[in-house]
Amino acid sequence: MSEAHPTDLKTQIRRCALVFLAIICTTSLMIYASFLPHYGWAAKVAMILAIAIVNAFIVAGFLMHLLSEKKMVYTVLGFTVIFFAGLMGLTVWATGDFPVGTVFH
Amino acid sequence: MEIPYTIQARPDTGLYNAKLGIWLFLASEVMLFGGLFSAYVLLRVGAPDGYWPHGWLNVTLGTVNTLILALSAITTLLAWVACKTGQFGRFKIFHACTLALALSFLCVKMYEYHDKWIHYEIQLTDGRIADGHLVSQNAQEVVIEGRYVSDEKDLYDLRAQKNIPRDEIKIERSLIKRMENYGPWHHTYLAIYFTLTGLHALHIFAGSLVIGYLWGPGSRMYRKNPEQFTNRVEVSGLFWHFVDLVWIFLFPVLYLT
Repeated sequence: MSEAHPTDLKTQIRRCALVFLAIICTTSLMIYASFLPHYGWAAKVAMILAIAIVNAFIVAGFLMHLLSEKKMVYTVLGFTVIFFAGLMGLTVWATGDFPVGTVFH
Repeated sequence: MEIPYTIQARPDTGLYNAKLGIWLFLASEVMLFGGLFSAYVLLRVGAPDGYWPHGWLNVTLGTVNTLILALSAITTLLAWVACKTGQFGRFKIFHACTLALALSFLCVKMYEYHDKWIHYEIQLTDGRIADGHLVSQNAQEVVIEGRYVSDEKDLYDLRAQKNIPRDEIKIERSLIKRMENYGPWHHTYLAIYFTLTGLHALHIFAGSLVIGYLWGPGSRMYRKNPEQFTNRVEVSGLFWHFVDLVWIFLFPVLYLT
């Protein structure tokens, strides 16, 4: 939600209707992708997460007005992205590191 | 004492203080949920082949909740726009819709939790497993609506199985070796599912309290100081959108993959 003055309520309602339609489309696509029979688990996860990122971009960009925010907000989010990427990157990097003798099930 | 920069933007940050504060708070929230998502990744890739559940959650209910939350994010935004353009009556309507949608989300979530709570896996002394929803129980027998399986693996990938039978099964207590419901203790998937969705539901509940306050007693501020009140609505709205964002990732991760 930016500092800029919003246009009138009717215009916003129309814009929000389009955003909601886009969210319905991306959600439907995610569900469809999850039921595709000829793809492996990794490919499906990649597809679904890519669509989820688009969905998140729509919400953050248009509903939170992140597309037109102040530089300070982008700075805060930039640091967050770096730390989040580090967190997930380290996790993925460590996924194969089971101690010798680990027994599954 | 007057708190500075509640309305006007600080010259150095370009934002009023509450807005910078909420963005910093949301950054910390990203790391909180990020830690739990990374725990999910570790549990998922560490699970032996065939022992990670698929289809344990109801995709239809998850989709309904996704749309409910998306709609509530929109009504929150419209409530802020209504405040900004001086339409207090509309603000009240939109925020009432947000509250109703938030409660609907929580109701659906509670239904899903209840469904897991009454779902039992019962290991029998003859090696078979009975799996289904509890109908009734007494000192002599347990009645469930479900099916028998001989291999535990059959309980994991429900998506691959079509037309799973749901018959009423009566089991004598003396034949039961072990009986456990689908709570967080049943499987690591359920442990992380209840942790992630429980924390998210807590956020929904806390957000509803704030929005409820701004809709009810807190809205008196609009008469005295409409600009500051509008900023409060904006800050609470940013939190609400973040909660929606978290669900956008929770839904595919837990329900679809």
